[in-house]
Parts: sequence; C-alpha cells; structure tokens
Amino acid sequence: MKIIVCVKQVPDTANVKLDPETHTLKREGVASIINPFDLFALEAGLRLREQAGGELQVLSMGPPQAAEVIKQAIEFGADGGLLLADRAFAGADTWATTAALAAGVKALGGADVVICGKQAVDGDTAQVGPGLAMRLGIPQVAFVKGFREVDGQSLVVERQMDDGFDVVKLPLPGLITVVREVGEPRPPSLKGKMRAKKYQVPVKGAADMGLDAAQVGLAGSYTQVVEVFAPQASGEREMLGGAPAEAGAAVIDRLVQAKVIMVGS
Amino acid sequence: MAVWIIEENCTGCGLCAKACPYGAMVIEDKLARVTDRCTECGACLAACKFEALASDIEQEPIPDLSGYKGVWVFAETQEGKLLPVSRELMGEGGRLAAELGQDLCAVLVGSGLEPLADELASLGAKKVFLADDPRLAAYATLAFTRVLADMIQAHAPAVLLMGATPLGRDLAPRLSRRLDLGLTADCTQLGIDKETGNLLQTRPAFGGNVMATIYTPRVRPQMATVRPGVMAPPQARAGAQAEVIKQEVKLLDSDLLLKLMSFTPLASQGVDISQAKTIVAGGRGCRSREGFGLLAELAQEMGAELAGTRVAVEEGWIGVERQIGQTGVTVRPELYIACGISGAIQHRAGILGSRFIVAINRDANAPVFSVADYAIVGDVFKVVPAMLAALKEAR
Repeated sequence: MKIIVCVKQVPDTANVKLDPETHTLKREGVASIINPFDLFALEAGLRLREQAGGELQVLSMGPPQAAEVIKQAIEFGADGGLLLADRAFAGADTWATTAALAAGVKALGGADVVICGKQAVDGDTAQVGPGLAMRLGIPQVAFVKGFREVDGQSLVVERQMDDGFDVVKLPLPGLITVVREVGEPRPPSLKGKMRAKKYQVPVKGAADMGLDAAQVGLAGSYTQVVEVFAPQASGEREMLGGAPAEAGAAVIDRLVQAKVIMVGS
Repeated sequence: MAVWIIEENCTGCGLCAKACPYGAMVIEDKLARVTDRCTECGACLAACKFEALASDIEQEPIPDLSGYKGVWVFAETQEGKLLPVSRELMGEGGRLAAELGQDLCAVLVGSGLEPLADELASLGAKKVFLADDPRLAAYATLAFTRVLADMIQAHAPAVLLMGATPLGRDLAPRLSRRLDLGLTADCTQLGIDKETGNLLQTRPAFGGNVMATIYTPRVRPQMATVRPGVMAPPQARAGAQAEVIKQEVKLLDSDLLLKLMSFTPLASQGVDISQAKTIVAGGRGCRSREGFGLLAELAQEMGAELAGTRVAVEEGWIGVERQIGQTGVTVRPELYIACGISGAIQHRAGILGSRFIVAINRDANAPVFSVADYAIVGDVFKVVPAMLAALKEAR
C-alpha cells in the first residue's frame, strides 16, 4: 500500500499574539511546530503500513525551513518525503494549496491512501483534505476516528459526527482526514532519528511539477484577506468587590435588575 | 519586488501600512518601505492617496457577476428535522439578502424532506430548492456534492451558506473545489461590502488570537461555512409560503462509491448545551468532581445547564458533550456563569455570543475577566454559596 501523509509546519498558536499597533502577528520567539493534528495523521499512516505493508511518504508545502517537519516525520518512522517550496506558493489560500499538494502527490508517484490531519491549528479551516481529494479525483472521508477493516481495495473507517459516529466504506484510492481519537502518536524511534539526521529532503518548486505560477500561491487564490484584527474584548465590565457573600449577593441583584433572572410573581 | 514607493510623492502617512493585510508595509523616516513579507496582493495600491505607490501587478479585471442572485442556505437536517444551525443560517441569510435586495432561498437535500418547506418559508425563505431521492436519505459526500453542484449551476446564486458541522466541513470544501470557487471556513460574522456587494466573511484564526475578514471578489457563489451557535435564529412567521423548486437528481454509479454501513449514536444523548438559555460552567478552579457538585446545585436553582472547560472534561468532572470552547461547543445563552475558569482564548471564543457573562476567579488577571460583564475576584467555593443564598432569598 502506498501511503502519503500531508503535514504542515505551523507557529505554536498558543503563543501567537497580534501587535495592536501594526496589526501583524508577533512571531518573534514563537516556535514552529508540526501541526498537532498531523501527528495523528502520521500515526494513522504508520498503523496502516503495519497492517497492510508498503511505504509511507510525507508531503509538505512551506518555506525551506519546513524541511524540518519532514525530518521529524522520518524520526517517527516515515520512509521518505517531499517538500514543496517556492516563492510562487506564498500567500496561498486553501484552494491554491490543494493545487500544489495535488501536484506533489503525483510527483511522489500517487498513493492508495492520502491522510491529512483534520485541520491545521493556524488556519483551522479543515478545507485542504477534502479539497485535495476533489483535486485528485478520489473520494474522501473527513474526521476519521478509527479503522475497522483494511485491505488493498478499500478501508472501512469510523467517521466522527456530532451526535455519534458513522461506519463508512471508502474504496481506494481515497483520502481521509483524521481526528485525535485515531491514536496517540508513538514516540520517535532511535533508528528513525538516525535516518532523519542523514536524510536529504527533496524539494520541488512550481515549475518542477509543471505548475503555472498563476495556479498557485496568492495568484491562484480565490479568497483574499481584507483585514486582520485582534478579537474585541467586551465593552463594559463591572468589578464586584467586597467579601464573597457581598459580591455573590450583588451579582444576583444585578442579574435580577437586568431581568436575566426572573424572581417572584 | 512588484510594489515600489515613489519617494518624492510619499508623505509617510501610513495609509498603506494600515491597508496591508500582511504587515509588509512599514513606515521608516517618514517614508513607506515594502518588506519581504509582501505577497503582492495589491491592497496598498488602492489605499494610497498621494500616487506614491507603483506596481507591475496585473490586476485581472473582475468578471461581470451580476447574473448571480440570491442568498442560499443549505438547510442541514437530521432525522427529518432542521438542525438548529440551519435556523441560525436562515436568520443571518435573511439579513444579508435584505441588504443585497435579493431573495433568501433554502436548499434541502435528502429523502422525504418536502414537509420542511413550510417551516423554511416561516423562517424567511422565498424559494426552497429541493433534491429528494431515497439514495440521499443518508449523507453521502460524493452524491451530495453532485446534486448541489447541479443546483448551483442551474440557478447561479450569489451566496451559499452552510453550517460548519461535521457534514458541512466535509461537503463544503469538496463542493467548492468541484465548482472552482473560494470558500471561507467557520465564519463567526458576515456582512456585505456596501460598494461592491461582496460578502465580507470574518473568522477566527491562529486559535482565536486573530480575526480575519476575507472576501471572494472574482467568483460566485461566495461560499462560507458558519460556526453553529453563533448567529441568532429568526422569529418564525407562521403562514408564510415559499415556492418549492424540485431538482432532478442525476447520480452516477461513481457518486455512490462511499458506502455508509452503520451509524452509532453517542451513548449520552438528550443534552444540547448550544441551545441552553442559562449555563453554569466550571474549570480547573473547581478542583474536583465534588467541586462540580456545588455548580450543579447552582445550575439546578437557576434552571441552567451545567458545562465545563477542556480541563474539566479531561479530569472527568463532566461529560465531553458539555465541553465549551473551540474543540467543544459554541454557546450563546442569555447568561453564562464561569466558575474557576481562567478563560483560555479557545474557551473565550466559545462563549462570546453570550448576552451576560459572570466570571468568578481567584486570579484578578485571569483572561476570562476581559469578556465578563460582571467580574468577581474570589474563591468559587465562597462566592457560589453566597449566590445560592441570595437567590433563595430573592425568591
């Protein structure tokens, strides 16, 4: 089975702040990490490879330093990878990203199963997985939480829904996006670490894959960012001080006054 | 570099720096300078009032999109009933349609859903597009994509809104790629640009640390998914009628490749905190399952639902179906009482639609206070009993 896992290098969002003056993201001192949901995708891929045999490649698009996430994936046990890095890819929305990734999947010789994390924690769009499936012309199942059956022709997977889960049969080739429940990532192996150290990450640009610069990056994007801003804090706030008993009584009084709590007849 | 500064014209006013969505324009020594963050989007060019910016960016002309009309809401259903998010979208869609001077239309895809047309009419739909077929009884990604793509191509709407539910987040990206459209995910705010009529789609990014407003000027329909629980449902008007337009369902064998084999409902059913009017929620500061017992007492006294943060769920103090926040449920109650919750951005993002927020925390610097209407710096185990006593007295 040929497995391709898509990974993204993201800023550690817990520490990202917007500069209130310049409206830009303050990235200084913010570590770049492998998107946490992609670690579940990688774990799912490793489990599939254990069951069905074959090889697991990782695919990423990003600046040259994103080669790090591919090396990291090799530490976990991936067989190899490909980084799509090109100035032409900059500013891509999810549509333009899928154009590059689809070309990357083809450059890797195609796949029986493509696996993505459910979403990246910087954009939180969850669009790239299903969009990539459409670009590749293969079916998809998003939000997979477990595998039931694996063979060369199909995967039977559990799909997480709000009110329960579906069991869905996905004919191959196909794409899945996975959620946390699919399995906690294993620790990197010593052997993997040794391999990663020596591994030269192959890099391809738009022209290498026969992509027109108009199809990718900002030029290939339909959505445009008009404005970025910091979330608004609530306008007026009343601090209720004093002893706990006074504050507790005061807040109930305010809520009764505001008719949020109805009392009496 | 595709954007450059004509220095003799530049006054260093900073309009271009403000307009740049990427923070690539800086003002140094009263002159604008383009940094390497520039993505050549051209947003600065329109902002400059002094003809101080030049560019070799070829802006493609915007095609004539005036033939695309109507605000469509994909009315997601479950067991033959509208999901709450579908009603919320009808409310928001109606507002947008009125602003555009166009019709609000609902889209139903499934089997045996025609009876819902009247309800959608009461929620403001002028037209209901219906694709009814036994093969659509259960959600099937490829079949739903085909049917919706056919409908959109036949009727050319200006806007298509879907709920950011598991179904919506599986279907919308596939559909948008199929039709070669843009898509903005998980919006929390929508508006219309008065000059161009473009849909302004605002959504949180970077875990809620940043809000971004996005538009899709070159293609129609403009597609957006909207987070459940954020928009307000409309007042239903009984007796309203909508024109029902039936879509012929044409499916290929390849559209039925994905087979739904079974569905297993969640064990704990019957609670939907996204619809609760009053919520008492606890976090790390409640310390234990017993600590939650005190909150349960307050919740019962107020007729409220009990909820918790991710920490409270992970500690096993409360069930996952009652988790609020970015990975849990978004809520918009009349009253939200946050007890011992520090208020990580992911949690705050889930409660912003609340009318009144009361926050109780021992740490005066807890971020939750930034969104609170009433803030009490104090110990939950002392303040909550005082609230209980005051409530009983008021009654």
